[in-house]
Amino acid sequence: MASTDYERRPTVDTETPDLAERLKRLWETAPGLYGWLATVDHKEIGLRYIITAFVFLILGGIEALVFRLQLSWSNLHILTPEQYDQLFTVHGMTMIFLYAGPVLSGFSNYLWPMLLGARDMALPRLNALSYWIYLFAGIVLYSGFAVGFGPNVGWFNYVPLAARAYNDGPNIDVYALGMVLLGISTTVGSINFIVTFLRMRCPGMSINRVPILVWGTVTASAANIFAIPAVSLAFLLLWMDRNVGTHFFDATAGGSAMLWQHLFWMFGHPWVYAIVLPAMGMVSDGLPVFCRRPLVGYSVVALATVATMVLGFGVWVHHMFATGLPGVSLSFFSAASIIIALPSAVGVFAWLATIWTGRPVFTTAFLFFASFILLFTIGGVSGYMTGSVPVDWQLTDTYFVVAHLHYVLIGINVFPVVGAAYFWFPKFFGRLMDERLGRWNFWTMFAGFNIGFFPMHISGLLGMPRRIYTYGDGMGWNWVNLITTIGSFLFAVGVLLFVWNVVKSLRNGAAAGENPWDAPTLEWATSSPPPPYNFAVIPTVASRHPLWEDRLGRADPQRSVVGHGLVLAQGREALGTTPLDAEPNVILKMPADTLVPVCLALAMTVLTGGLILVNWLVATLGIVLIAIAIGAWLWPSATLGETAEVSRDG
Amino acid sequence: MAERLQQHLPVGAMDTRASGWWAMIFTVFTEASLFVYLLFSYYYLAVQPHASGTFPEGGPPPIGIASLNTAILLLSSVAVGWAQLGIEHNKKWRLVIGLGIGALLGSIFLAIQWFEWGDRPFGLSSTPYSSLYFVITGFHMAHVVVGVLILLALTWWSKLGYFNSRRFAHIHIGALYWHFVDAVWIAVFFTFYITPLLGLKA
Repeated sequence: MASTDYERRPTVDTETPDLAERLKRLWETAPGLYGWLATVDHKEIGLRYIITAFVFLILGGIEALVFRLQLSWSNLHILTPEQYDQLFTVHGMTMIFLYAGPVLSGFSNYLWPMLLGARDMALPRLNALSYWIYLFAGIVLYSGFAVGFGPNVGWFNYVPLAARAYNDGPNIDVYALGMVLLGISTTVGSINFIVTFLRMRCPGMSINRVPILVWGTVTASAANIFAIPAVSLAFLLLWMDRNVGTHFFDATAGGSAMLWQHLFWMFGHPWVYAIVLPAMGMVSDGLPVFCRRPLVGYSVVALATVATMVLGFGVWVHHMFATGLPGVSLSFFSAASIIIALPSAVGVFAWLATIWTGRPVFTTAFLFFASFILLFTIGGVSGYMTGSVPVDWQLTDTYFVVAHLHYVLIGINVFPVVGAAYFWFPKFFGRLMDERLGRWNFWTMFAGFNIGFFPMHISGLLGMPRRIYTYGDGMGWNWVNLITTIGSFLFAVGVLLFVWNVVKSLRNGAAAGENPWDAPTLEWATSSPPPPYNFAVIPTVASRHPLWEDRLGRADPQRSVVGHGLVLAQGREALGTTPLDAEPNVILKMPADTLVPVCLALAMTVLTGGLILVNWLVATLGIVLIAIAIGAWLWPSATLGETAEVSRDG
Repeated sequence: MAERLQQHLPVGAMDTRASGWWAMIFTVFTEASLFVYLLFSYYYLAVQPHASGTFPEGGPPPIGIASLNTAILLLSSVAVGWAQLGIEHNKKWRLVIGLGIGALLGSIFLAIQWFEWGDRPFGLSSTPYSSLYFVITGFHMAHVVVGVLILLALTWWSKLGYFNSRRFAHIHIGALYWHFVDAVWIAVFFTFYITPLLGLKA
């Protein structure tokens, strides 16, 4: 039976050097500047995401150190109030929007196709677009700060302080439109993760066999596509209030300042889960490797991940308990905020049981993953406390909340991410990180973090409000603040040790081999670093732990197979499978390197710039460029199998 | 076990198996959320205290032309659906004509909306209501403009013979967006033209 170009019967074969060479030519990114700008390789994009996010982490950290100096004792004047306002706002913006989300996107971008046994993400060009917009939005968001007009009313940017009447400079306009631009990056990235989850899992990887990191990221992505429009809209309406005379948030003209808070936190709270669930997924996958056993309670952990997110949409008002809302609303949102402790506790007990019943190997990665459990519990308990309305009324807008949110964000995001870096670094670069330096790195960060942030609970209980640039001598907050500042510098030294370890290990780390940790999932079945096509033949999976099947002694005679499977090598090709059972149902033609994503991202940045300057000519130019770029992107392509076969059908 | 996977598989962007189709489904989800938040803003501000006759400003907007316009937009979806069914049966002319009619009806909708805008007794910055009116209908019109451009591109590509009964993923993806733009208008129409008649007014 002859196949046409509309369909084909792919062969099944064993990986050969010849096939590998052919695939390498097909998938390798072109060298030089062109390749750098045009690449759609998820591994390249993932690493860029991670590195860019770490640059922002360090910038945000330096900002924090500067204002910790200002706060280290009463009545200091290292910073003016305006400088202080900009620094703490830009610090929040950087850490929450430019570090915490993107760094997880970076890891997931790099790892997902490897974990799923796929050649790339489902939409490689969209992946490139997502990165470029992120980079340009980061530059836009920092541009105002760089020339002295950074956002200055806190990262959640409450009106009326953010309105034109009280904030006449370009500060808020840059922040508002930069955030809208960044929202597009997150949205297209999230769509890409969801489609990849549904369509790109290798044969046999039914949804009950995907790693928890994949569950975490897909859950966060699903939340993002529903939540991001709220904040993008809020910022756009604010920009209109400030520049074209609308009255959405202006209470003096019949608008409502509370509308801002609702729209912001309808996004804001789901976002908190979006920047922790993938990190919890990293722990759920990484920790068991060092406990030499599978994760305890895979199914409940996966379900708890989704349940946390669903509940996460119903708790936003707990950021607004002190705004005078009706009691029934407070009761409902308080209950929802307290109930969310249940799915969170499922994770904690699953990780504890994994350590308890395993044989822990105390590597640096293990230390970071295990300490996360403790920090998450502390952050969880303080969150549980402020979920109760009367407690919140005492503690809201004090340093207690600052302590809580840093235990949550650093404890659940930074610690797992650094652990993940130790864990996956050998896969990324083919070299192990230094374990001895790693211990120093871990203990310095752990001690610095707790010395820095635990005392904030106390300064909060002593009544110290957040966001004040200094305080009087008689308040009794001197020593607790000095300890906090010392801790924050120690924490910074820990982060520096990490950076040093990365640089040192890149140069002369020990060679890693394919699977240095003897881990169970598919990314460890490829060379380190992996070839551009990931897998020469498409793997077939029969369990959650394809590389541990022999020792786990499954009764099932079926085994996962890597190195023998479907050969897809007639151009850049990948296998599309059904959403639940991962049965093959299409051979996808994958796009080659292209400059269109970077051009489209630039065009969007032009539009953003035009609107920030309220220059309609530049904005119109941006729109025209966007239309041209999208037209070029979507023009039906024969090589991608989007057009009728002219030669056959006439 | 891999041998059992040796079966005939379609190649390339094939019907609803195309990655772009799935991407458009979730694009529609996120766009729909955007309109949910827009309409939330409307209802949130609607229930705040307002001076009599300022929400909606000048009383409930006239429903006649807007209803006609709604019908025009829904008809455009029918035309596009007719085109979609046509190409599944390899009828290129039906595809070109259906998409062209869809784009034309979409453009008529835009023109009528433009006159509606000019007909309002208030400007963008008069009241929260006027801001909501122009921004929400403006958001919708922007989506219609994008939809019409998509339909025009698809019409042109269809005329060039890019699609047949096997290759029509582009058509279904673009049409999905168009149907969404039409469907969301019903929510906007209900909010602005019907709810004041049901009593949501100051």
